Amino acid sequence: MALLSGDMSDRRNKSFAAKVHIDLPLLAGLLILMGFGLMVLYSASGESQLQLRAQIIRLLIAFGVMVFFAWIPPRVYKKWTPLVFSIGIIMLVAVIFVGEMGKGAQRWLSFGGIRFQPSEIMKLAVPMMVAWYFSERRLPPNFKELFVAGFLIGLPTFLIMIQPDLGTSILIASSGAFVIFLAGIKWRILVSLFLFVVIYAPIHWLFVMQGYQKQRVLTFLNPEQDRLGAGYHIIQSQIAIGSGGMQGKGWMQGTQSQLEFLPERNTDFIFAVLGEEFGFTGVLILLATYLWIVGRGFLISLRAQETYTRLLSGAITLTFFVYVFVNIGMVTGILPVVGLPLPLVSYGGTSMVTLMISFGILMGIQTHKKLLPG
Amino acid sequence: MLKQTSQFKAPAFKDHRQEREILVSRTVFAFIIVILLFVLLLARSWFLQIIEHENYQTRSNNNRISVQRVAPNRGLVFDRNGVLLAENKSVYSIQVIPEQVKNIDDLLDRIKALNLIEQKHLSRFKRKLRGTRRFKSVQLKTRLTEKDVAVFSANGHMLKGARIEAQLVRYYPFENILAHTLGFVGRINEKELKQIDTVNYRATRFIGKVGLEKHYEELLHGKIGSRTVEIDVQGRTIGKALDEDPPIPGTNIKLSIDINLQKAASAAMEEYRGAVVAINPRNGDVLALVSTPNYNPNSFVTGISTKDYAKLTGSNSQPLFNRALRGLYSPGSTIKPMLAWVGLENRIITTKTTINDPGYWVMPTKEQRIIRDWKPTGHGSHVDVSKAITQSCDPFFYDLAYKMGIDLISSEMFKFGFGRSTGIDMGEELKGIMPSREWKRVDRSLSWYPGDTVNVGIGQGYWNATPLQLANAVGLIATGESRFNLRLKTAIEDKDEWRSVEPILALEQPNFGDAKNLNHVRRAMEKVTLFPWGTAKTAFRGATYMSAGKTGTVQLIKIAEDEEYDKDAIDEKFHDNAVYIGYAPLKYPEIAIAVVIENGGHGGESAAPVARAVLDAYFEFQKKNKLLAEVQ
Repeated sequence: MALLSGDMSDRRNKSFAAKVHIDLPLLAGLLILMGFGLMVLYSASGESQLQLRAQIIRLLIAFGVMVFFAWIPPRVYKKWTPLVFSIGIIMLVAVIFVGEMGKGAQRWLSFGGIRFQPSEIMKLAVPMMVAWYFSERRLPPNFKELFVAGFLIGLPTFLIMIQPDLGTSILIASSGAFVIFLAGIKWRILVSLFLFVVIYAPIHWLFVMQGYQKQRVLTFLNPEQDRLGAGYHIIQSQIAIGSGGMQGKGWMQGTQSQLEFLPERNTDFIFAVLGEEFGFTGVLILLATYLWIVGRGFLISLRAQETYTRLLSGAITLTFFVYVFVNIGMVTGILPVVGLPLPLVSYGGTSMVTLMISFGILMGIQTHKKLLPG
Repeated sequence: MLKQTSQFKAPAFKDHRQEREILVSRTVFAFIIVILLFVLLLARSWFLQIIEHENYQTRSNNNRISVQRVAPNRGLVFDRNGVLLAENKSVYSIQVIPEQVKNIDDLLDRIKALNLIEQKHLSRFKRKLRGTRRFKSVQLKTRLTEKDVAVFSANGHMLKGARIEAQLVRYYPFENILAHTLGFVGRINEKELKQIDTVNYRATRFIGKVGLEKHYEELLHGKIGSRTVEIDVQGRTIGKALDEDPPIPGTNIKLSIDINLQKAASAAMEEYRGAVVAINPRNGDVLALVSTPNYNPNSFVTGISTKDYAKLTGSNSQPLFNRALRGLYSPGSTIKPMLAWVGLENRIITTKTTINDPGYWVMPTKEQRIIRDWKPTGHGSHVDVSKAITQSCDPFFYDLAYKMGIDLISSEMFKFGFGRSTGIDMGEELKGIMPSREWKRVDRSLSWYPGDTVNVGIGQGYWNATPLQLANAVGLIATGESRFNLRLKTAIEDKDEWRSVEPILALEQPNFGDAKNLNHVRRAMEKVTLFPWGTAKTAFRGATYMSAGKTGTVQLIKIAEDEEYDKDAIDEKFHDNAVYIGYAPLKYPEIAIAVVIENGGHGGESAAPVARAVLDAYFEFQKKNKLLAEVQ
């Protein structure tokens, strides 16, 4: 009774944002990012009203999805985690047998006319599963638990890698790994794992990687060698960014972008358009916005009340950061080219919905709190 | 397996405080790493944009590799003797790149001082200038004359930022004369954009809109090419192409059209609304295809002004309407030779059958309906089939049609191509109506009456046909052989060699068998142009060749039984249509012709002289060719 009345009075004092379970600081960061992104996209698409409209619609849908997921209490996610994960695994296996091809890889599954990539589900299901597994156990995890967690991450990663979709499989593996890291894996083990990777890498190069994947790495190491081929992307995007200078050439005035030197300038390479047209100032604003979002994510994680929500929110935040870092790192030439969009800015939207769901979950973790005693 | 592990581990002791500490320290650690990596990205941007800025700035300005799409040249169109009918001509325009100009008003003043542009160009240019990026060129004026180009080039040094650009644009040297044959190309519109192969048309700006240009769009267009070049800030190419994949030009086409005949026919038709079609009945070649009034197709290529377009569409004489393919006219008396042949061949009449024509015919039904001859006094008491054709006696054909019945007439006339496509390669023609019992039931929901058959007997009533079909039908009488699909394209150029296209036989053919009856009909048609009482005698007086023909005069309004047709009392648009069909020479016919003149009055007075002019041109040109061949 007391709890109920307390709940009632609490609800009365709550702001509208809290009632719909929206986290205002996070929302502010996302809106700034989307607004800035649309501006850049309009220029990058060659002033295409059509693309702009499509992107706005996509953002609105993703936004609605985010609000919906924010409204669901985290304990519901926790309850459903094993089931979602199992379904995801089944669908990944199904892709191997009945999946549809797209861009040279078998990634799609269609149900009654709706096509989707099961790997998108795994982007969230893997960190959720690992967090769920650890939340029932003592931390830091012991060897056996680490082994189980490794299996939970390794199975979907392997299934996605053979599609083949290297970019997504790395993302999913790292999102699971972040949970393990946050759960307090011993530094000794971490270092030995790192050493293992260093030793394993050459073996992977020789026996596992496909020709085009090797080419990407080689091109990354020496782009000038292949000026008109794969290196073209990297050189042109660096020229675009570099020529932007401090102030940039001005909105819709980027010669690299507008004269169509920059390939994929409205999708994966949109950061180069921003760098060219808005200069270092624009880059600073964009990075500050991303940092704000990531910072807020960490704060939510620190304030979370349970192990499950802490681990999950931390992993979501870190995965989002990886997106940003890998994309900008690739466009500015400090990382190899992997087909990864700049989150919430690039045109297109398979991953946008997943991303917004994860922000919805973050908001839910922040806004659905129990009143703890004392 | 998971579940078992979970149960086994469940009782384990959880230290919440310790767990929280682990999580907090790890999260803080992660955040520090994240900040460091953000700094790394920022540092990288700083390096590219501030430290190396000048280097990249230069590279951005100077060293650009661009893949340019190159549109293929559109295929050329030639007449049967190799005269160019549709070509691609360079059109010059003045382009201005705002970024390169110090003072734009200054530049415009200087160009204006050279008398190259007018005020209207300036205002249009300034409007365009506002919405364009500074490094993209803006068009100041297009369609420069050669003199303009020379003046500009001579003063080029003081016109920095402006330049002359040339592009190939479709051009029809014979202008109006071939408008309804070739059609024209125009800028690709939204609707067409959805239907074309966007990759192949990426650099193309024009597409066939009507006529031959539309029908053979795929053949004429060609295949897109590309060129990898280095270009500067303004998008101008520097030096030679680094890599080239040249476009494959569109295929050149040779037409059956003889431009001399086309010109002669157009000239003869200048005052009239109507159409002329001349064909070679031995292979279906269309030698001339004229529809008047016409228009200049060149004005459509780069975009016709709204005012001029409204003038064309608003005109009562419908210059955009292709009468040769789509004009549906009652054939009138011109179908009498075909009906006569069917009557003879089916033994409905013989060459000796005569009728009495007092100026009218009485239908042998209960009502005893009276139907008048066009000549009030009649054609005499002993009119046979020959006389009925030569002098165009209506009662003879009322009687004949009545006896044949509609079923025989329509089934035989289908074989002559009436109510059927002529197969011409233009895709716009209408089939017209060859009435039949079945057609009337389906189309009009009415049953067939004997009176309908009588009207069909003189080529009126429900019957209508295009000038193409008329030429096609008379061609059959001329050759007495097979009917071919009409065609314009006779050959295509393949690797510098002309490859001719085989003529195609039409699906339905009349069975001529023994030529006796056909010859009887032909003799009568010859008298039309040769005998003193022939209806086209005057028109063909003094011709250097012999031809056969048949006139037709088609009433457009009903004249009551007791009224006289008074030309001067009737509005011009209700004047009779004049029709003429014919062929030549008599011995081995090689040209068949059909002429229709709207409101032209009597067929012998206006349509036959046009046919005469075209045939004159045909034989004159043939004679000239023969002489030339002998000299060589």
